[in-house]
Amino acid sequence: MLCINCGKRQATTHIKQTVNGQTHEYHLCPECAMKLGMASFNPFDLSDLWASLFKNDTPEVSETVKCPGCGSTFEQIAKRGKLGCPECYKTFYDELLPSLRKLHGKTHHTGKVPGNADEGTKTARALKTLQEQLQSAIESEEYEKAAQLRDQIRRMEQQEGDQ
Amino acid sequence: MCKWYLQPGEQKDVAVSSRIRLARNLKDMPFPNKMTPEQKYDVIQKVSDALLQSGDPVAADYRFIDMDKISRNEAYAMAERHLISPDFAENGQGRALLLNTDESVSIMINEEDHIRIQVLAAGLQLEQAYQKAEQIDTLLEQRLQFAFDSNLGYLTECPTNLGTGMRACVMVHIPALEAMGTVSQLANTISKIGLTMRGTYGEGSEVKCAMYQISNQITLGISEKAAIDNLSAMIKQILARERQARQGIDHDKLEDMVFRALGLLRSARMISGDEFLGLASKLRLGIGMGIITEVPIETVDALILTCRPASLQSEAGGALDAESRDKLRARKVRQQLNQQ
Repeated sequence: MLCINCGKRQATTHIKQTVNGQTHEYHLCPECAMKLGMASFNPFDLSDLWASLFKNDTPEVSETVKCPGCGSTFEQIAKRGKLGCPECYKTFYDELLPSLRKLHGKTHHTGKVPGNADEGTKTARALKTLQEQLQSAIESEEYEKAAQLRDQIRRMEQQEGDQ
Repeated sequence: MCKWYLQPGEQKDVAVSSRIRLARNLKDMPFPNKMTPEQKYDVIQKVSDALLQSGDPVAADYRFIDMDKISRNEAYAMAERHLISPDFAENGQGRALLLNTDESVSIMINEEDHIRIQVLAAGLQLEQAYQKAEQIDTLLEQRLQFAFDSNLGYLTECPTNLGTGMRACVMVHIPALEAMGTVSQLANTISKIGLTMRGTYGEGSEVKCAMYQISNQITLGISEKAAIDNLSAMIKQILARERQARQGIDHDKLEDMVFRALGLLRSARMISGDEFLGLASKLRLGIGMGIITEVPIETVDALILTCRPASLQSEAGGALDAESRDKLRARKVRQQLNQQ
């Protein structure tokens, strides 16, 4: 088969293209394929792209992110199913989130808070609990209780704003 | 004070025991799988001091056990009594245990997490067991900084424990449901509501005495109370179903079966672990249904916990071959059941 572009050389590149349900076939020789930009089917090298993200900031391209607390990489964590240290949760938060959702269905803690946790954490949690109580009071049509809870939430939010 | 399994509890005819476990880790310290021996020693020191030097009256009730200094057999015997995990028994290096007198509270240091607080209680007593665990947790946090994140809760080595770090578990004795062949169906239903069920005292799926453990699977996004309420509600349904199924058994045949079991247990001179568990299960059913009244249910539960190989060897003070174990087991069972 001869190249459909030059009609002289043997066609070695065969392309089938479907656009809006219309299929076209092209048979090209290496030269014409190169000229028309249809020679390579690897649009770009992924590893180059990944590395290019770091090129501006870091003089030496680091291959993988390591937890500053224990030096674990996400790959190691995924392989073992165990984290290396509490800091890993911060370092790989985004990577872990989908699997946490799969495991627990939710990604927000609603249980006990240690007594020595910082005030911000405690207030945020107390507010969340009150909001949940408000929601269930509304659902069970206990409007008097709901009004009390609403006022309590407002007061807390105000106090937080003042601080 | 007598051991926890000899103490009273609710719904004992079907609910054997309740267990609460809280996982905690120290801030600024790698998890046990990444710790150096020095760091492990450091954690043991900090955690045991936090309890034993707390000045709280409860501290006097605890003793410190260096897991590397006791014999493996003694450690396995503790695992048989559910005080520690089999893994914790197998490898004692860099690990320690804080245990109270009635053995209802055990605090494993450097298991999968830095701290595992475990509370055992007889029968169905999840709330009480949680309160006890929570008290210890609160006592420890006065002197220790736990790894905690406002979004993710208590941070644990394995993400399956993240959040509350709490695993609540009830062991149920359900011979009638098992005989009806409804256990796998039950396990299926349970798994759909965030709980999990597994057999106890058996290799793989083969359960020797119709005892199953049901526990919560989810620890993140659910409060301790909600998780316990969910589990309790499910357990109460199982109790009702099991009792209903028990009423459906032919009474004469049942009576014959349980008295035969009692007769064998009271007379046998050699009894293997498997045979003992099978008979103990029948005897427990008979007591639970009021057919046998001369033996308290606690006696059977105590025997189940203390007649396994390592416990027998620990009692005998040395290694025993299978035949000697079977003889000792039979003697122990005979003594206990003929006392009444």
